[in-house]
Amino acid sequence: MMGIKWNELLITGDPLILGSQIAILLTMIGIVGGITYLKKWRWLWSEWLTTVDHKRIGIMYIIAAVLMFFRGGIDGLMMKAQTARPEMEFLNAQHYNEVFTTHGVIMILFMAMPLLIGIMNVIIPLQIGARDVAFPQLNALSFWLFFSGAMLFNISFVIGGSPDAGWTSYFPLAGKEFSPSIANNYYAIALQIAGIGTLISGINFVVTILKMRTKGMTLMKMPMFTWTSFIASVIIVAAFPILTVALALMTTDRLYGTHFFTVSGGGMDMLWANLFWLWGHPEVYILILPAFGIYSEIFATFSRKSLFGYKSMIFSIVAIAILSMVVWVHHFYTMGSGPAVNSIFSITTMAIAVPTGIKIFNWLFTMRKGRIKMTTPMLWALAFIPCFIIGGVTGVMLGMGAADFQYHNTLFLVAHFHYTIIPGVVFAVFAALYYWWPKMFGFMLNEKIGKWHFWLFVIGFNVTFMPMFFLGLDGAVRRSYTYSVESGFAPLFLLSAIGSAVLALGFAAFCYNIYWSARYADRNISSDPWDARTLEWSTASPVQFYNFAKQPEVTTLDPFWHMKKKNEGLTLKDSEIEEIHMPSNSGLPIFMGAVFSVAGFFLVFEWHIAAVVAAVGIIAGLIIRSFDYDEGYHVKKDEIKKIESTWRNVEGEVHNDVS
Amino acid sequence: MKKFLLSLTALLPLLVLSGCNMVVFEPQGPVARSITDLINWSLIWMLLVVVVVFGLFGYIVWKYRERPENMEYEPPEEHGSTLLEIIWTGIPILIVIALTIPTVTTLYALEEVPKGYEEKEPITIHVTSADWKWIFSYPEEGIETVNYVNIPEDTPVLFKMTSASTMQSFWVPALGGQKYTMPKMETELYLVADNPGSYEGQNTNFNGRGYADMKFEVLAQTHEEFDQWVDDVKEKAPKLTEKEYEDLLKPTHLGRMTFSNTHLSWVNHADPDSKAYTNPELYRGHGYQGKIFEEEDNYKSEEINENDKHGHDENIENKENHGGGHDGH
Amino acid sequence: MSANVDTTLPLEYQTEQNRLNILGFWIFLGAEIILFATLFGVYGVLYERYAGGPTHKDIFVIKDVMIQTLLLLTSSFTMGLAIFEMRLHNLKRLITWLIITLVLGAGFLFMEINEFIHYVHEGATMQTSAFLSSLFVLLGTHGAHVTLGIGWAIMVIIQLAKRGLTPVTARKTFIIGLYWHFLDVVWIFIFTFVYLKGLVG
Repeated sequence: MMGIKWNELLITGDPLILGSQIAILLTMIGIVGGITYLKKWRWLWSEWLTTVDHKRIGIMYIIAAVLMFFRGGIDGLMMKAQTARPEMEFLNAQHYNEVFTTHGVIMILFMAMPLLIGIMNVIIPLQIGARDVAFPQLNALSFWLFFSGAMLFNISFVIGGSPDAGWTSYFPLAGKEFSPSIANNYYAIALQIAGIGTLISGINFVVTILKMRTKGMTLMKMPMFTWTSFIASVIIVAAFPILTVALALMTTDRLYGTHFFTVSGGGMDMLWANLFWLWGHPEVYILILPAFGIYSEIFATFSRKSLFGYKSMIFSIVAIAILSMVVWVHHFYTMGSGPAVNSIFSITTMAIAVPTGIKIFNWLFTMRKGRIKMTTPMLWALAFIPCFIIGGVTGVMLGMGAADFQYHNTLFLVAHFHYTIIPGVVFAVFAALYYWWPKMFGFMLNEKIGKWHFWLFVIGFNVTFMPMFFLGLDGAVRRSYTYSVESGFAPLFLLSAIGSAVLALGFAAFCYNIYWSARYADRNISSDPWDARTLEWSTASPVQFYNFAKQPEVTTLDPFWHMKKKNEGLTLKDSEIEEIHMPSNSGLPIFMGAVFSVAGFFLVFEWHIAAVVAAVGIIAGLIIRSFDYDEGYHVKKDEIKKIESTWRNVEGEVHNDVS
Repeated sequence: MKKFLLSLTALLPLLVLSGCNMVVFEPQGPVARSITDLINWSLIWMLLVVVVVFGLFGYIVWKYRERPENMEYEPPEEHGSTLLEIIWTGIPILIVIALTIPTVTTLYALEEVPKGYEEKEPITIHVTSADWKWIFSYPEEGIETVNYVNIPEDTPVLFKMTSASTMQSFWVPALGGQKYTMPKMETELYLVADNPGSYEGQNTNFNGRGYADMKFEVLAQTHEEFDQWVDDVKEKAPKLTEKEYEDLLKPTHLGRMTFSNTHLSWVNHADPDSKAYTNPELYRGHGYQGKIFEEEDNYKSEEINENDKHGHDENIENKENHGGGHDGH
Repeated sequence: MSANVDTTLPLEYQTEQNRLNILGFWIFLGAEIILFATLFGVYGVLYERYAGGPTHKDIFVIKDVMIQTLLLLTSSFTMGLAIFEMRLHNLKRLITWLIITLVLGAGFLFMEINEFIHYVHEGATMQTSAFLSSLFVLLGTHGAHVTLGIGWAIMVIIQLAKRGLTPVTARKTFIIGLYWHFLDVVWIFIFTFVYLKGLVG
């Protein structure tokens, strides 16, 4: 390629970015050196990188997402530092624009989504008593596509420039007419790659949940987390193709000069906003529904009661899913669509409060007459209710079209969606990690550090975002890198910045907890440390690679709870053991992820010939897959017997306490 | 401990509400007032929801928490209650209806001349947003201002809004809600100022480097003052030429400007067939540069034609502007 | 996951993994429907935005479009015959019909590429106007699907020739059949809403 402008390739001149470049380089050298020194390459390749085991894929999702949480969090802290004082000169406007853009994209698509998909991956097959997902190799492909998209997006700030048109990337601003650098190509292409991965995940989970439930588990006996993940997967299948199209059109506009969203040539900027939110609004329900499922499991477990109003819970998630498809216009009441359209969308938007309210009351009544155990996962679930109520009522206020004319694009809106997404999703993910950690790793996270994590994070969260409601009502707009002294915003902005520091301390406590627990936590724990209710707790911790020696049979909701009560189906006779068929590992998914990154990278830089050459790799991967007749392998009875006896026999002398 | 903390969070909004004077709660005209009324109405209901749910939450969590003395208590099997579920479906529906009715009436009312001002003859002002400035054209008076707009008090003003660049949003919170300005499109907004005074307006829809400073002043004057001002402008202000106008549209920050004619005589950006004044070259400066596309109707190709006629002066000026546009990076 | 074979069912449904794959593919087709619906929506919004460039009537050649339609509809029919022969366990005829289907599909593609070349000669490129952008992308996405389908079917034919009819190859054939019929349905919508509407409206 002759036309490469080498001097523009690396971003230079910003000390913050230079620091990151050096840090990235050192970290990479450190990781490669460390693995080589410990001679772990072969282990890494055969146990993790080529795995098709849903639990390991889930854990890789979670690790990648926590790293992205860190990156997105740094972006958030930089924004808070910049706005801590009026007319601050920490970041300039351009840098601030890049930071809030990457903060939004990373937090939604590369943190919240993969965390939930990771937890779904680990838990769903276990909850339905299955040995894996329907398409294990596709599942690995989903992960590697997500990872490839995330990495592509993340290198933007050191090579080529970060996207800077906001996470919504509204046109015409995001088009070549107003953003001629390749930075926004990263947005279009990295999200496309990750989005395809998510779509594949969605299809995979729909089929898994529909077809692979264990004997006796009818739809109406499925655990709530499985239900909500199922509905979320259906929304993924329905909404992600719209994102695929929108991003593809954005790509052709930016790379090939088409006129979908441009100012000239008859393009229509409003079309982008509509397509984006047609995907974007269902997207937030893809996030929130599995989180609701997590809370349902935790409320039931730690109240020692079954979920109150199971059927109305299902009715409400289905209602929420349907409504989520017909509210997208509320993101732009101000676009002049007229009072009739705005009225209809105001009504559909406010209507979402009804099924959501049903869920809140059902959770409250699940706890009523229960015995509420204040464990760390339960604390997160408890804190969720009041915080999310604030997010919910402000959501109704924003949903009222006429009132929205005063809230739109202000910090009131920003505070609102942080009050829904953080308690709704982030608290849920923390709750889930504390709750299912022993299932994933065979040891528990420390409860004492967990409580530090909880209180710092929840208090920091409220101090950060509560002031933003009032700033918004006083006229402070979002995405503005600075404000004047005269505006009078300074005290609340400072308070918010202090809150964000406390929030960050909370996250640090979480990281420390992982470190501490990995080193010192008791390994000799029960497979059911919380006295829980669903099938994932009926097998070993950490779960053996085939999940269940014998697939359990289910007759009721909360099957494991009733099995324990009736003392049925808890033991395994040798005669019940049969050979288990398992899929083989495959290097193809990681190869595809790598090829997609390379092709994507060339496409970002508009080096079309190189991109086409790389895309040949994608075709080759598909052909290899088509001719792959590997049918997996069978686990022998003796091996199963050996594995099962190691965890079943120690029962009784384990440390079951949860303090 | 937890309950205490929660009641504190509940009190916080009230404290701040009473302590602060927030612009949205201090409407200076009938349009803003109608929205504030709606917001207040919704706040009452939302406060009710918050109090009920927080109360119930605190009560249940406190009463049923695990204590050393209730460790023997085994919770009952309970699957739901149709009656209760009907109640907590029905009441939210009623609340939503209570909020919907005024929302819909306000939405319709906002599209018309505010109630009580129907007999007063509205004046029309064209708003053109550009990077990163606001251009106000008074077609009836034949004058144009940049980054400030004077209006007569107590008179409905119809803003006809469009954009010469990206999608932006016109917001004067003290006087009313906001609406987008979009290229080759027209949106309309009625505002009225009750009293003379100065109100801050700004763009709320992110549009690049200069976004934070894209503000303007709305100065409401008495009728006499306003007429006097119009006459002054007609008499003293310079005329805007087409070429100056094209410079004006470049991505820059400008102070206030005043002209005794309007750009509407040669272009109205709201017209779907109007020329697109895009010039990607002026937005370079961040990261690796990609390919940009020549458009038949854009600013740049027009400029090249101009250059053919007038030599290279334009080009040099263009370059200076280009450098200046990079201040952010 | 289990390799239990239920011989009372048609070949492609006999194993559990096959049933999962076929259901998965149906759900994938659901996603494809949304994808094309979105493209149709985009076209519906932009189809009168000519920006001074050519309109439908300036560029469409009805005769060529009719031939394209005929080719693709016939190919869908021959694909149906192929699956019919598969049910009869007649490998040779199955492969023959598949090849005929592919030849017809290739003919369709050839016509479509010619059509694009014709448009470009008329001065109607995808950069000309919003209408043409949406037209090219809608047709191009369908054409890319047909191309992918042809490549994929060739893989399946090779496997059929090498391995004969097994539950796995039968499932692959059945799925490519579904895919081909789906592309045909999409074309019917394109024919109606793009060509007929463009020429009549």
